[in-house]
Amino acid sequence: MSNVTRADYCVIAVAETFRGDGEIMANPIGTIPMIGGRLARSTFEPDLVMTDGEAMLVANALPVGVEGVEKVVEAWNPYRSMFDVVFSGRRHVMMGASQMDRFGNQNFACIGPMDKPKAQLLGFRGAPGNTIQNKTSFWIPMHSVKVFVERVDVVTGVGYDRAKALGAAGRFHRLGHVVTNLGVLDFETPDNSLRIRSLHPGVSADDLVAATGFDLVVPDDIPDTRAPTDAEMEIINTLDPRGLRGKEVPE
Amino acid sequence: MADKRITEEDVVAELRDGMTVGIGGWGSRRKPMSIVRAIARSSLKDLTIVSYGGPDVGVLCATGKVAKVVYAFCSLDSIPLEPHFRKAREAGSISTLEMDEGMFLLGLQAAAWRVPFLPTRVGLGSSLMEQPEIRTVKSPYADAEELVAVPALNLDAAIVHMNRGDARGNGQYLGVDPYFDDLFLMAAERRFMSVEKVVTTDELIAGGPLQSLRINRLMTDGVIEAPFGAHFTQCPPDYERDEEFQREYAASAKDPDAWAAFRAKYIDCGDHAEYRRVVGL
Repeated sequence: MSNVTRADYCVIAVAETFRGDGEIMANPIGTIPMIGGRLARSTFEPDLVMTDGEAMLVANALPVGVEGVEKVVEAWNPYRSMFDVVFSGRRHVMMGASQMDRFGNQNFACIGPMDKPKAQLLGFRGAPGNTIQNKTSFWIPMHSVKVFVERVDVVTGVGYDRAKALGAAGRFHRLGHVVTNLGVLDFETPDNSLRIRSLHPGVSADDLVAATGFDLVVPDDIPDTRAPTDAEMEIINTLDPRGLRGKEVPE
Repeated sequence: MADKRITEEDVVAELRDGMTVGIGGWGSRRKPMSIVRAIARSSLKDLTIVSYGGPDVGVLCATGKVAKVVYAFCSLDSIPLEPHFRKAREAGSISTLEMDEGMFLLGLQAAAWRVPFLPTRVGLGSSLMEQPEIRTVKSPYADAEELVAVPALNLDAAIVHMNRGDARGNGQYLGVDPYFDDLFLMAAERRFMSVEKVVTTDELIAGGPLQSLRINRLMTDGVIEAPFGAHFTQCPPDYERDEEFQREYAASAKDPDAWAAFRAKYIDCGDHAEYRRVVGL
């Protein structure tokens, strides 16, 4: 398929992070994550539970960036209930990161020291809770040495080295894939440090390594991220009729 | 039968320098802005603000009322980072207690239940634990697990905004999410609720499902009738967020002159009635 864009590969890679999740709450945050999560539910993970971004759980696949589409509400889930979901582990969230190290320690609170930051960003939001209580994946729309760093300034989301150091208290910690505009990374290595899982077509391993500020595990044979099927492309276009995914990840 | 109706200025008169004040709502949603502006106009200082933060935190930081913010985020929703809060943080003019959103809920719940802490796994392994105010506790049971002891967020005062209330202090939300407003009130010594409209108790009950009656008069000391009291944050179904006004507010963080003009026009202009006249509400 010649008309498949880099953003479409990113959508597919996001959808794949939810494969096998079954009946849990999928919370993809970001434009491409939302399209990918909804694609997964529309195809191979029909039991996923998803929100409208506020207090409703919706049964239908809402298109992104379109107002006034009728929601098929299946349940009520105000913010307070969301913490019940997180604390009980029945969630898979996909978050962003301003910084990430090789073990998946994530920072989006601030750049510089916590007590007097150079740049105040989001704060801790729900990152400590998500990473210690339920499955967490990541979406990085701009893969660069600024994001993938040797050492994060502040640990908001907990990485594998720190989770292991907690012993039994870290038993619910689980990081999934890190999907970027260049490829897909995962933690499926002996020491759970990041490795390249797949490359989006047109990206070489050297490109991705050069855009990463620490030594990645680079396998000998790295597959391409799988292409969307025709049926998936049709659904992607329905979920994103305005082409917003191409604004998040341009060609 | 007690009539708890008071004004925003009466709320300010109940507050003192250095107090810890909790503010209901979430981000730029259902914030008690008419009370926030009254605090901003007052001579109060060195407040500790506890909030799922939005422009409430930004306005109070920009007007020099704040010594410390207890928060997990500070956002205008459609504008992801609260610019005035950001400025205060980067200038180092305020201190913070950083928290996770769920941890924050436990802190309010602990205060509401009058226990010193509630245990959770949330925070373990993160930089939150570098803060001396957040400690761990060992389970006394066979598991002996080390957990975070989220400290009670005891509040000297709390302010929230509801859609409807009666003069006795019962309150009702008519939007999709109650947020944590009842917990803020339960965690506080002095409890104030502004409402879009004060109605009779009968009208309150008739005005929505029973589950919407989230606030009861055990939780409140004062009721402030403030139509458009949450402006420019959203307060559905009464009104949505005033995005244009919010952009003007956010832009005022760009330089001191812009902020001085915004402050003079919309904060120092006078009471809530005057604000409504100036904004055209």
